[in-house]
Amino acid sequence: MFDQKNPYLPYSVIIDDIVVETEDKSLKTFKLVIEDEGIRQNWNHTPGQFAMLSVPGKGEAAIGIASSPTEKGYLLFTVSRIGSLTTALHQLPKGARIGVRGPLGNGFPVNSEFKGKNIVVIAGGYAFTTLRATIVYLLAHRQDYGKITLIYGARTPGMLLYRNELKDWEQSGLVECHITVDREAPGWNGIVGFVPAVTERVAPAPENSVAVVCGPPIMIKFTMPALEKTGWKDEQIYLSLENRMKCGLGVCGHCNVGPVYVCKDGPVFTRARVKGLPVEF
Amino acid sequence: MPMKIRINDHQLIQWIQGVVTKFQVFYPLQDANSGVVHIQKATDSLNADAILKPVSGVPKTSIKTFFMPQPEVIARFSIAAQDAEAFVLKEPGTALQTQVLLNIRPCDARSVALNSMPYAEDPYFQKMLKRTVIIGRPCDETCSTCFCELVGGSPHGTEGMDLVILKTEDGLALEVLTQKGADFLKQNPCAESAGLQPTLQQQGGQELPIVAREMQKKDLLALYNASFWPQIAEACINCGACTFLCPTCYCFDIQDEVAGTKGVRLRYWDSCMFPLFTLHASGHNPRGQKVQRVRNRFMHKFKYFPDRFGPVSCVGCGRCVKDCPVNIDIREVISLMQAV
Amino acid sequence: MTVKHAELTQEIQRQAKELLASGEVAAFLGFSAGSLPMTTRPFVARTPQEAERLVWNSFCTVNLANYLPALLKSLEPPRGPKDPPPTGPLPKVGVLATGCWSRNIVVQIQENQVDRSRLVILGVPSRGMVDRKKVLAALQGKEVLEAQEDDHSLRLKGKWGETELSRWAVVRDNCQSCRHPNPVLFDRLLDAASERQAQAPFSQIEAIEAMSSDERWQWFQQAFASCIRCYACRNACPLCYCSTCFVDDNRPQWVGKALNAPDVLTFHILRAFHCAGRCTDCGACESVCPMGIKVRLLTQKLSKDILTLFGAEAGMDVSVPPPFTTYAPSDPNPFECDTCSSKGKKG
Repeated sequence: MFDQKNPYLPYSVIIDDIVVETEDKSLKTFKLVIEDEGIRQNWNHTPGQFAMLSVPGKGEAAIGIASSPTEKGYLLFTVSRIGSLTTALHQLPKGARIGVRGPLGNGFPVNSEFKGKNIVVIAGGYAFTTLRATIVYLLAHRQDYGKITLIYGARTPGMLLYRNELKDWEQSGLVECHITVDREAPGWNGIVGFVPAVTERVAPAPENSVAVVCGPPIMIKFTMPALEKTGWKDEQIYLSLENRMKCGLGVCGHCNVGPVYVCKDGPVFTRARVKGLPVEF
Repeated sequence: MPMKIRINDHQLIQWIQGVVTKFQVFYPLQDANSGVVHIQKATDSLNADAILKPVSGVPKTSIKTFFMPQPEVIARFSIAAQDAEAFVLKEPGTALQTQVLLNIRPCDARSVALNSMPYAEDPYFQKMLKRTVIIGRPCDETCSTCFCELVGGSPHGTEGMDLVILKTEDGLALEVLTQKGADFLKQNPCAESAGLQPTLQQQGGQELPIVAREMQKKDLLALYNASFWPQIAEACINCGACTFLCPTCYCFDIQDEVAGTKGVRLRYWDSCMFPLFTLHASGHNPRGQKVQRVRNRFMHKFKYFPDRFGPVSCVGCGRCVKDCPVNIDIREVISLMQAV
Repeated sequence: MTVKHAELTQEIQRQAKELLASGEVAAFLGFSAGSLPMTTRPFVARTPQEAERLVWNSFCTVNLANYLPALLKSLEPPRGPKDPPPTGPLPKVGVLATGCWSRNIVVQIQENQVDRSRLVILGVPSRGMVDRKKVLAALQGKEVLEAQEDDHSLRLKGKWGETELSRWAVVRDNCQSCRHPNPVLFDRLLDAASERQAQAPFSQIEAIEAMSSDERWQWFQQAFASCIRCYACRNACPLCYCSTCFVDDNRPQWVGKALNAPDVLTFHILRAFHCAGRCTDCGACESVCPMGIKVRLLTQKLSKDILTLFGAEAGMDVSVPPPFTTYAPSDPNPFECDTCSSKGKKG
């Protein structure tokens, strides 16, 4: 957990590298290096956690951490250019100094509930970022988990994130990959179809398994029946919620979904928990 | 060891006069033209009458501004490229001196204790708490809009106060409630106050009011989906009068402001009544409708807060009842919620 | 209650009931009694029984036109953003309108915010609404527990005893300076037209105009110093319907959001300018201000200028376009650009 004396002050970080992820250039992955060596070395987080990225003068935005805690010395954030802060971030060059406040939130229970289980990762669009962190983490502790299945879809082949890693995972055989795009595209020999349909076809077995599902609301909505059909229980399904955030500490009041704060009590909730909450996300 | 001493009017005024020369003191004063009570900074020419006999009626704005300044600088930075520490956010480093809030009503003092719950680990709030001495005054007279007892307070409650000025049969008494109050009195003695010991009441340790226990027991979604919310929200214009006047509405926003090459990160009051409060960068708004926002304010005060912290997040000061432009009366909302 | 207002309450209830019972309107927008003395609550009656809760008195200070666009929309069949607009007649709303509110409805019709054919307007000539803040000031802040109005007086009771005030003495500034108490647009008129007409409608403005520019600047800063930026003034205004107000916009961020004087003053001055040529001086902005700021003085100054420069008053006639949406060769200023001194094309 974030234990700095003043949790409102970000760590200073330098943009070490920038990778344009998608063909429309709306998603970039920023490799950030914390300037203070002590903090850099002591940094630890759980896959699924997020941080507030700070562009001084422009403000802050909550972004999921795309790197795994097993990747030492740097942090990865894949950022969609959508609001004022992320637009400012996209304009920054390599070497620029920004701030990182975190890690914040709970993350996936990779060291408790997930241990010894088969893990099914279902992702749509750019919500894949913290799931990349999760898969990298699982692979670093491969012996602790059962079978790892990935179902991941994007609009077009050019909108898929982390394409080189997807290839590596598939070829290594360590992850059963089902990568899909919405419609046929030149040069694409893989699966075509929406994530819910692919999920239904793959029909991952619920026994001794957990599923993590991240994506646009419409994808989540239609993926749930696909899982229910094969007997998945709400307690086995983990979702990551998003809401507007300001403090990230459960104080400022912006991100509440009923009685819970997405920033502090989440962003990861089981589907069972989400069902007991008002639909305010 | 005694916890309170008798003082007379003269001693009280003399004491306050001494305090004013050393610290910033704020107390409720009535504006002669409008009849409205405001908490104002004491000057050398003290209004002795207003100190000895506090005006009845809740001050227009609450004392939360002394704990959550509007705005508050939470960090400073430079954006000058040649500056070695450009874009590094640093604590503002403002020296905070003791401030004294005098003649504070029990409801307002209690709001500080309630706000301390969500802000328990907030360094800025805690600093303000530390620098502020609250000298309370029980209410001899209540207004028709007061409902402190319904939400767990009392016109004679002392929660949140450091010192309290009490009326006795033949004059006044000064009681010490906290260590902070005792320390303050040690440095700024009043009459025979040397040796006074704090009562050290347990803050927030009181039994929960009925309304809080009731709400805790209620089903979250049953309250949330209750049929009365659209009627309550119908007249609402979604302004922030209720939230900004409310002593226990504590939500805030954070923004950066830059002038030249110097920047500040500010935090300032925000209101869940505003659509912008929950608007995602994508344009999606989870509380895009007025009824959702109105419901959130009351659900937060009377369900979410008690579920998390125990008490309800309302001290019954009645400011929102008095000043809601369309007369949405929180007491009616409480009874509707109780009936679910 | 005043004899007049008691009669009007009866008449409003009767007509609203009739409109709702006959199905001519699906909802009737008026006021119900407030929970405190000298307050009312904007209220929508949807059944004849609910219409019995309607009241009319000197404390109906909120502008009902403000609620019309949302109320009309709420009565349309639900549809998605890409669905075609509904065809055929849509449910109607009955609404009370005084002089200024009816003028606001005219402005709303001109600005395509409401559909005239969906309104049944019950016109109520206004006797002027009472300013609670003036009553509070007259009583030196003493709490009122009971208020009764007569045609020309207010009887107020509290723990302190009771007193009587002249009603007109505590009527709102905008009502005291009103020149159009009678509805300009209505389907039914509930009372005989008022003959009330202020002789010096801009006296407050003239007093400020008479100040030196330094004095005016001082006045402006002081008058708005207590603003808490709750935006009640903006939100109570039927003219303020932008989906994103300039103060809320963050791309770009036009003004800072905290209580810093330049930002607060910018908000107020720009809000007023957005209302130029559209404001009917209904006074809702000032009535709803919890801090007692005389916000309407800014809009009233602009109303004075619009009247002086263009001879126009907002919302007097649906067929007369608002001054700032038209151009006439006789406009006092030529379309000239000071910077490049090139003449703009007329028309």
